[in-house]
Amino acid sequence: MRMHSSGPESNAPVIELQNVTKIYQMGRVQVHALRGVSLIIERGEYVAIIGASGSGKSTLMNIIGLLDRPTSGAYRLNGVDVAQLGKGRLADVRNREIGFVFQRFHLLPRTTAQRQVELPLFYAGVRGKVAKRRALDALMQVRLGERVDHRPDELSGGQQQRVAIARALVMRPSILLADEPTGALDSQTGREVLALFRELNEAGITVIVVTHDQGVASQAQRIVALRDGAIISDAPSRTISSTQFASASGDAAHHRFQEVGV
Amino acid sequence: MRWVRYLGVAFDSIAAHKLRSALTMLGIIIGVAAVLLTIGIGSGAAASITERIESSGANLITISAGGSRGLGSTSTLTLADAEALADRSLFPEIVAVAPQYSSNATVIYGNREGSYTIVGATDNYVQVRNLQVENGDFLNAEQVEKNESVVVLGATVASDLFGADNPIGQNVRIGGHLFRVIGVLKASGGAGFGSSDSQLFVPIGAAQKRLFNAGRSNGSDVVTQISVQGVNREALQGLQLQIERILRLRHRLDANSENDFMIQNQADLLELAGDVSATLTALLGGIGAVSLVVGGIGIMNIMLVSVTERTGEIGLRRALGAHDRDILLQFLMEALVLCGLGGLIGVGLSFAAAVGLQFFPTATFRIVIEPWSVGLALSVSTASGFLFGLYPALRAMQLDPIEALRYE
Repeated sequence: MRMHSSGPESNAPVIELQNVTKIYQMGRVQVHALRGVSLIIERGEYVAIIGASGSGKSTLMNIIGLLDRPTSGAYRLNGVDVAQLGKGRLADVRNREIGFVFQRFHLLPRTTAQRQVELPLFYAGVRGKVAKRRALDALMQVRLGERVDHRPDELSGGQQQRVAIARALVMRPSILLADEPTGALDSQTGREVLALFRELNEAGITVIVVTHDQGVASQAQRIVALRDGAIISDAPSRTISSTQFASASGDAAHHRFQEVGV
Repeated sequence: MRWVRYLGVAFDSIAAHKLRSALTMLGIIIGVAAVLLTIGIGSGAAASITERIESSGANLITISAGGSRGLGSTSTLTLADAEALADRSLFPEIVAVAPQYSSNATVIYGNREGSYTIVGATDNYVQVRNLQVENGDFLNAEQVEKNESVVVLGATVASDLFGADNPIGQNVRIGGHLFRVIGVLKASGGAGFGSSDSQLFVPIGAAQKRLFNAGRSNGSDVVTQISVQGVNREALQGLQLQIERILRLRHRLDANSENDFMIQNQADLLELAGDVSATLTALLGGIGAVSLVVGGIGIMNIMLVSVTERTGEIGLRRALGAHDRDILLQFLMEALVLCGLGGLIGVGLSFAAAVGLQFFPTATFRIVIEPWSVGLALSVSTASGFLFGLYPALRAMQLDPIEALRYE
């Protein structure tokens, strides 16, 4: 059962969340991280999920990324109910369907860009020349074709994030899931990374960005705002004003947004 | 095989942490080297003891006069006994029989003198006792037959009395009698009591009659020792029983009497030496094995630190699609590679030490590295890598990917 766009569920949304809740037990206190989130993301969308820290956006990202399971509610990925999948199958789905991009890049130390990008292929059982070629293709796609033999400490922050994006793309996933992808970059390289996301989205990849930065969120076609574990707004990005954004993502983000001067 | 592809991951990780990996391996390197060298020293000692025993003559049974009650009792071992044993039709497994009569006497040459053991011997003594002649000749059959006044000197005796001079043809005075030197033996290297280096060899009849006035028993001249050479080592045990039986018959000992002679065979002596060195080797090897286990615990310690330090990496690998077994095998393989590499380096160092020792001529011992001990050390080090790598690997496997990703 390989989930792919050409499958019988090709008309199903990429992501379909129905009344998803997540409750953490912290000692004797129950924390309601998500209180009934319903969300449909269609193939080819570019969605930003915004919210202040504690709004539940990280939890939502972990659930979408199959790193965590909902306490209740249903999650269908490409039409398949992932609650039915075992631990090993979930690992396979993460490997093939989801490309992760992290704030701090999460590159392996002292490992060349080429080897970083081969890693998901290794877990998919793709090896040898095929793996090398596919990793190189992915690096070309993010315009790092001449830096394949560089190690993280020989690359700038923007280049490191592009290696991470190549790594996320190499399995040709249905979703690119990015968590504060520009959080560790200066505004110039941040803009470059966002331009790359736009380009990839135009090429047909579904992009989901979790952020509290309006500059980042405004690149998306659609902004989903969370507060206290629930969706408070879900609208095309051009209809959201910066005041609305500030109230959704909290004051800290608002200040940051003004500093950047977007 | 599936796990082979984790070798590459393990080598990458070891290469990425060179200093730490080297320090971790050090425990295993020292452990393996300790096992190999202690066993090697034990084996070397065993080999040199065996060599020394065998250098006194191959496949030897020695019969000494006097019972187990002590040397003081009157000797009943005679030349006739030796002649009886030399009967090839009765004892086809005996190659040679060499009787001897030994006692101490003062030897004088010029103004030098010393007290040495004089061995009255037959011409075949040189072959039975595996002696090498440096200069001149050993006693021949005619000289023994005619009890001629000729003498062969041990190497130490020659240098004591003659210094750098050539002793051949010179006369020495033994207990007042003049003997002409006809040969000098090569140094045997054997030290201490009973070494041929500090002995003089004269025809047996000359020792018995002219020098020491040996007694008679049963109508034959007494001897102090008979050396019997068997065809091979396997024959010695049987021969010893046969000799014991025939001598008891010849000495008319009834069933209740103890032997009036002592009989000893080389195989028993070698076996005893072997037992001693095996015990020693086991003891030393055990100490080495303990240090291997300590090395293994060091591996576990470092692997646990490594798992904690690489929590972020583990989370990332999970996000990229790693299964439980991928994480488990990665860390297990890393521990195994560390132990395996450490083991190989330890083996290499041990061989280097064994070879290096040969360049020190003053070294009084040798290191013989046995193939089985290499196998043992490597399998114990690999097993400890598996054993002590398993727990950290399980810890890595059980990390929650979300917690692991948050960790930075």
